[in-house]
Amino acid sequence: MTHQHSHRDPACLEVFARLSEFIDGELPALDCGEIEAHIADCPPCIDFLNSLKKCVAVSEEFRNAAECPPMPAEMEEKLRAAWTAALARRG
Amino acid sequence: MCGHREDAEEVSQDTLLKVFESFDKLQDPEKVKAWVFRIAKNYCLMKRRKSVFAPERELSLDELLPSTTGEARPMQVPDDAELPDEQVLRSELNGELERALRELPEIYRSAVLLRDVEGLSTAEAAEVLDVNEDTVKQRLHRGRLALRKSLAGYLEVAK
Repeated sequence: MTHQHSHRDPACLEVFARLSEFIDGELPALDCGEIEAHIADCPPCIDFLNSLKKCVAVSEEFRNAAECPPMPAEMEEKLRAAWTAALARRG
Repeated sequence: MCGHREDAEEVSQDTLLKVFESFDKLQDPEKVKAWVFRIAKNYCLMKRRKSVFAPERELSLDELLPSTTGEARPMQVPDDAELPDEQVLRSELNGELERALRELPEIYRSAVLLRDVEGLSTAEAAEVLDVNEDTVKQRLHRGRLALRKSLAGYLEVAK
């Protein structure tokens, strides 16, 4: 269910601007405490936070889901040659 | 990051070749991931050089706020008995994510790709993109908000 919430409240806007850093654990403890205190009492902000977390999780899972086409044989040959040359340069 | 699959394939091949050729020039082995991505980014920029100097559209936090009337367009899922198979939903969601990522302005797309999709740290992404960490954080946040807005309907039904 989508909340009919404007997020125009200054306290919500303040939280809104720092949610990614909050999710990533990149905020100082004091700022985290402020955000936790706000969202504990603001269901629309909790919903928003959860949907943003879900969005991040979808991006994280995307890497594993992405299809990786096989490397063309010609390219594999070039890479082998480059690797052998790099090893030779190192002695 | 390249915008086109064909370009991406070429860039990944060029990047691997360059990595192999220049591996002995890597000065700090701890930074190998950022080094490889930096090479890839440079090849991407070369591929896209025609548009590199085009002005980049910036996203404001204001346009990414949830609308006052609710922004989600939930997928039409009739009832629990007809819930789509999880795998089908996931595949559809990935397709939508790919589309939404392509539509993001480049500066936000690269931040999201490096941080969330490729799992680089903020410091590593800053090194790859040649910007400071605060800039990476700001671009990542706006990029995530834009993706969330694009995927709102799908996120509601995804587990």
